[in-house]
Amino acid sequence: MPAAPTLIQAESVFREYRLGETVIRAVDDVSLSVEKGEFLALLGSSGSGKSTLLSMMAGLDRPTSGAIRVRERNLAELEPDELARYRRETVGMVFQSFNLLPRMTLEENVELPLRLAEVDRHDRESRVGAALDRVRLGARRRHRPSELSGGEQQRGALARALVNRPAILFADEPTGNLDSVNGEQILLLLREFQDSLGMTIIMVTHERPLAQKFANRIALLSDGRLVSDGAPR
Amino acid sequence: MKSRDLSELAVRNLREAVLRNSLTTLGVAVGVASLVAMLSLGVGLQTLASQRLTRSGLFDAVFVTSQRNFRGPRPPAPADSAAKKESRSLDEDARQQLSKLSNFTEVYPQIRFVTEVRYAGKSETTSVLGLPDSSRSSGAFEGITGAYFSLPTADEAILQIEFAKVLADQPPSLVGKDLTLRYAERAALSKDDGGDSFFPESMMGSAAPGGISIVPREKTLRIVGVIESDPSAGIGGFGGARVYLPLKTAEQLHVAQPDDLQAFLSGNPAKPSYMALTVRVHSPKDVLQVEAAIKQMGFATFSLLDATKSLRLVFTVFDLFLGLFGSLALTVASLGIINTLVMAILERRREIGILKALGATDRDVRSLFFAEAGAMGLFGGFFGVALGWLIGSALTWGTTIYLHRQNLPGVKISHIPWWLAVGAIVFAIAVSLLAGLYPAARAARLNPVEALRYE
Repeated sequence: MPAAPTLIQAESVFREYRLGETVIRAVDDVSLSVEKGEFLALLGSSGSGKSTLLSMMAGLDRPTSGAIRVRERNLAELEPDELARYRRETVGMVFQSFNLLPRMTLEENVELPLRLAEVDRHDRESRVGAALDRVRLGARRRHRPSELSGGEQQRGALARALVNRPAILFADEPTGNLDSVNGEQILLLLREFQDSLGMTIIMVTHERPLAQKFANRIALLSDGRLVSDGAPR
Repeated sequence: MKSRDLSELAVRNLREAVLRNSLTTLGVAVGVASLVAMLSLGVGLQTLASQRLTRSGLFDAVFVTSQRNFRGPRPPAPADSAAKKESRSLDEDARQQLSKLSNFTEVYPQIRFVTEVRYAGKSETTSVLGLPDSSRSSGAFEGITGAYFSLPTADEAILQIEFAKVLADQPPSLVGKDLTLRYAERAALSKDDGGDSFFPESMMGSAAPGGISIVPREKTLRIVGVIESDPSAGIGGFGGARVYLPLKTAEQLHVAQPDDLQAFLSGNPAKPSYMALTVRVHSPKDVLQVEAAIKQMGFATFSLLDATKSLRLVFTVFDLFLGLFGSLALTVASLGIINTLVMAILERRREIGILKALGATDRDVRSLFFAEAGAMGLFGGFFGVALGWLIGSALTWGTTIYLHRQNLPGVKISHIPWWLAVGAIVFAIAVSLLAGLYPAARAARLNPVEALRYE
């Protein structure tokens, strides 16, 4: 069976922050590649640099040095507008705290990426409906986030992340605010997207059992360095 | 992001913090209202002054005299080519020619004479003036006791109150009574006429016809009104008249005019000439053009256009100061917008981070904040114009009540023309956008990772 093409390539990535006189190295010389259709779990304890690495791969942050190539384009060299376009068209994001806008209904939240991508109003309705149906929230479309449970909010965030049909889904601790049942449901949905849509998924988590159960591959980080990288055992 | 989506999001955001945003918008509205009220006062007073001056007939009139006329308001002879043209008599032919000018509304002669007035055994000498029918709309007749002339040819008179007081202790009691004018009628004589000629034939030369007869006459007129102001005041009047007749009635009297001597000396005494003609134009801006055309015809002219220019200058400076004071309130309101939007950035930091994570560009975020500032300016502008109109109306209402208590007619001192309303709204939007510049730039610069981390 031929190897899947490399979608993301991180090459000697460093990310440093300056706090007064102190320089904090959050990511320290990390190199890894992610293939198309892969489910990669970035595992590590708090402060290991996994979320920072994810932010850089998602185009939210830039490395201090090194390169992150997505489809051969180095994100570090993109103009701000090109980076925004990358986030809009190639990437979907799910966060630990859901990050749905509280003043909008669920369907308005899901519609937001389509507004930013200037998708026609006629197309939007059907795409929002399809995304919500996929996460089994079609009946709750008119509800505001405060009227939904944590699991429903995270499923709503998933619908928002996939409505633009992204190639890569980044999930930053998607189960961190959920109980184990809801957490598993979310990860089942991620696997479903991976299998049915061929989506590449990169998930940050500190829960090894979940990573081992759902991911195809686990990259372990500690103190900003990549400690191990391989299939779950 | 498309403009429609941007507007929808902006309005939605404004609705979410409805109290704070309403107060900020109210601040803009008060600022705009202050500006509009101030300027409407300036415009209203200017309009009032212009209307009054236009109705006085001083600024839309060109006073025409013959260049050989030695009387009347005549500027020093200009050295231009028009002045060098042959001097012409201001006769009926000239009047007809002037009536063919463009931009004029009417041409009428000045019929003014000093004569004896008899009433109830009293005899007084005073000045009489013929008024064109157009003077009916003059502000001078607003407070008339009685009525204006019933017809342009009526044998009726209106008295100025000071003269009326001379004739009767209670001036209003004169209305409906008759008075008698004793005046000198001018009549042309044929060559066959004899000794009544005012000027002997030896003085007239061989080319002259018979001469002029001056005959004492009497005319009984019904007093129809008494007025307090003087419609003949100013340049058209050469001093105030005290008795007014319809112009056509005055013309039919053929009262001997001082210019008759001049007409006689010019060699054509049988053909009457006018001492002065008044050419009234559509608007003061037509005065210069009409004046030039009349000078080309060989007549001397005079107008008060320069005074109008000075008046406009005064009101422009007045408006400027009112606008500056009005703008101060709007400047304070713009600080409110800055404060509201900066607070919104702090509160919506996480939201900005989410938008950026979902693919919003810096420009999208900036435009969103701009749209919110612009919307506050738009709504504030509309409310401000309405509020300004209310303030202006209240000022007019209060002034009218005060004037009525002083037995004076009410006036509209505030006026909001369409350009002021539109301009105020546009200005409010512009000021709001300017106020939104800093917050919008700050929001656009936010780092999405830091913004998402913000609790």
